[in-house]
Amino acid sequence: MTAFQAGAGYGDDRPEERGSPAAIFDHADPASKRIIVGYGFWIFLLSDIVMFSTFFATYAVLVNETAGGPSGRDLFNLHNVAIETACLLLSSFTCGLAAIGARAHNAVMYYGGMVLTCLLGLGFLSIEIHEFAGMIAQGAGPTRSAFLSAFFTLVGCHGLHVTLGTLWLLTMIAQVFAKGFRSDILRRVLCFALFWHTLDIIWVAIFTVVYLLGAGA
Amino acid sequence: MLGKLTWGAIPFDQPIPFFAGAFVIVVVIAVLAFIAVKGWVPYLWREWITSVDHKRIGVMYMTLGTAMLLRGFIDALMMRSQQALAFQSQGYLPPEHYNQIFSAHGTIMIFFAAMPFVIGLINFVVPLQLGVRDVAFPTLNSVSFWLTATGALLVNISLVVGEFARTGWLPFPPLSELTYSPGVGVDYYLWAVQISGVGTLMTGVNFVTTILKIHAPGMTYMRMPIFTWTALATNLLIVAVFPVLTATLAMLTLDRYLGFHFFTNEAGGNMMMFMNLIWVWGHPEVYILILPAFGVYSEVVPTFSRKPLFGYRSMVGATMAICILSMMVWLHHFFTMGAGANVNAVFGIASMIIAVPTGVKIFNWLFTMYGGRVVYTAPMYWSIGFMVTFVIGGLTGVLVAVPPADFMLHNSLFLVAHFHNVIIGGVVFGVFAGYMFWFPKAFGFRLHDGLGKAAFWCWFIGFYLAFVPLYVTGLMGMTRRLQHYDVPEWHPWMLVAGVGALVILAGIVLLAVQLVVSIRHREELRDLTGDPWMGRSLEWSTASPPPSFNFAVLPLVESRDDYWRRARLAERGVVAPEPVYKPIEMPRNSATGFVCAFFATFAGFGMIWHIWWLVAVSLLGAFVTFVVFAWRDRTEYEIPAEEAARIDRLNRRARGEARAAVGAVS
Repeated sequence: MTAFQAGAGYGDDRPEERGSPAAIFDHADPASKRIIVGYGFWIFLLSDIVMFSTFFATYAVLVNETAGGPSGRDLFNLHNVAIETACLLLSSFTCGLAAIGARAHNAVMYYGGMVLTCLLGLGFLSIEIHEFAGMIAQGAGPTRSAFLSAFFTLVGCHGLHVTLGTLWLLTMIAQVFAKGFRSDILRRVLCFALFWHTLDIIWVAIFTVVYLLGAGA
Repeated sequence: MLGKLTWGAIPFDQPIPFFAGAFVIVVVIAVLAFIAVKGWVPYLWREWITSVDHKRIGVMYMTLGTAMLLRGFIDALMMRSQQALAFQSQGYLPPEHYNQIFSAHGTIMIFFAAMPFVIGLINFVVPLQLGVRDVAFPTLNSVSFWLTATGALLVNISLVVGEFARTGWLPFPPLSELTYSPGVGVDYYLWAVQISGVGTLMTGVNFVTTILKIHAPGMTYMRMPIFTWTALATNLLIVAVFPVLTATLAMLTLDRYLGFHFFTNEAGGNMMMFMNLIWVWGHPEVYILILPAFGVYSEVVPTFSRKPLFGYRSMVGATMAICILSMMVWLHHFFTMGAGANVNAVFGIASMIIAVPTGVKIFNWLFTMYGGRVVYTAPMYWSIGFMVTFVIGGLTGVLVAVPPADFMLHNSLFLVAHFHNVIIGGVVFGVFAGYMFWFPKAFGFRLHDGLGKAAFWCWFIGFYLAFVPLYVTGLMGMTRRLQHYDVPEWHPWMLVAGVGALVILAGIVLLAVQLVVSIRHREELRDLTGDPWMGRSLEWSTASPPPSFNFAVLPLVESRDDYWRRARLAERGVVAPEPVYKPIEMPRNSATGFVCAFFATFAGFGMIWHIWWLVAVSLLGAFVTFVVFAWRDRTEYEIPAEEAARIDRLNRRARGEARAAVGAVS
């Protein structure tokens, strides 16, 4: 199986097209639905990344504007952040397992992968909420300084995405349960997986730019 | 229970907004009652409100744009009359009302008139030009439209309930912060623009995917019509910069609602960061508007010059060059920020460089006309009027791109004249050219040409009368947004500008008259062939109005301007044989867009007035709507091959008869 075929996974509408070089280079027909949906969702994810980059830029501008309040060095606990990172990276792995399970119509693998992803996502969220609550309790909430406003917005926006992703994840479990591995459902699983992996990419940037640079500075 | 909302929000004590609002409410109720009494509700619901057909959505966008153009123009008339009267007096508009009017004028004209016009044309035309049956995500397209309509509705609700922003069309902090704008005006702005912005972003995703992934067979990139190319550039820009707008407005919202310090004076906030971020979106935004207008001219000029477009490849190159350069010039909106001479020089030179690809385009249109058999129809009038006007606007743009000159002209009426020059002379003329050009495709009959030309002359002359005085007074030192003034030298120019606005009003009236007269005489103006202009691209190869599936069989594209080649062949009797018809799958209609917008309206209203339970209920409703949509089992319906054949044969016969008639005459 070539790499291209392996990639053409989740329930292709027109399996006869797969692997035929003519279908790739020829404009014989509009692209298959799976290609269109995946492509469109990538475009959306790019726009989401642009939005995050705005928050990153804002954070970079405001990182030293602590207004006499605490800075990242005083606040960040790299121990917790390491656990958060582990949760998210592992969840990407389990999400990948769920996607492979969906492609293979393997219910155990799909549900198992999705449930593990959900638990890891919730684990991440609970640590993050705990961190936020602790900061607010010690008077380092987002209203304290421009630096903290930017911090809470950037990291919180990622957390909000994880929350919505978890909601979507539960919906996808219910959808497969109710409808089975139908091709349109599988396209949504594909989009969900792309979404979840993108959150990981953004987290890697947050981990580096916010926590590692912040705790070291 | 109702948050900040009290009876005090209704402007009982201010006669102008109160009666204007009451009048609008009465008209809206009357129209709704008329529709209900006539029994049109089921038809509207089935055929329009829940429609996911890109052509219907395009027409609805244009309708929304027209309504908002009228609203924004009433604001313009009030401003021009105020400035004509307010020489050494207070005029008739108190400052806080005047400030709301210029803010609403800009917001409405850019977000809810120009954007829906441009996106409406893109919606209607692009799938037809690509030779396909719909966009990539039809239901999402409907969601986009209805979210835009939600934004427009919220802005107009502010006329009656509460107030609108007094901060200008971009809410610059710290004026827009809670300290200096404690009312709900800025909140109306934030939520209206935020909700419609999400709709626009979805449009961008949808059309980038459509143009790059869904083509008729043989429709390679270098065979796509220029309008489709400009639509691609515009939608790429939307995807690239609307998220920045979303993030920036979200930060201002957090400042206002939760006491954050992004742009405040205290605690390390940085208001100039708002200027940078908003213009990172704002400058590409003007190219989002103008590029599709360039696309319209690139269709109109070759069609009525009976020649292929001159320099197709350079046109594509210029379009994409503008697309990229437009994101590298934002700082020229605030040269006076004090970034230093070197930074200003970089952005000044980048701004001037944009004039190069734009100049390439102008020469391409001129060379297209050169040596052609130019037919002077109304769309052509708008196009030539554009070329003259836009060159002037472009030159004043290069002038303000020079930082030292900009220091003198910053925030003056010269600037106001410049951007109206390029937006009216570029975007609005282009929209009207496109409207008159594609109207017969949408409805099956042409618009009255003479009245179209009369409207053009009023707009053209009215524009110069209204805005040349602003150039002059700008050079004389008059700043923008003055509620009153005491300089005698400015006054005559303000009177002339007021007359200009009235001439433009005559142009708007003539556009309305043109529409009414054309509908009444539609049988004389009927286009049976689907190709009233000797068109060049694929939209003219199908019937007018096109069937829901656009093309019974997807056309096979063999060259640029492929339809032109086929049509000329057909004139010589070489008609393609009847194709083999197959059943067609089309997306089913869906109320998802309308229902989502319904909840978005209440969520936005709840946020504006701090009615938190309403926000929670609405968001829950929106989520449930999505789940219900996701649970559908049948998403498409099938049009049988016989039905497709029947519709296509009618069009083929009509075209054959028209050709025979022309042959008999000559």
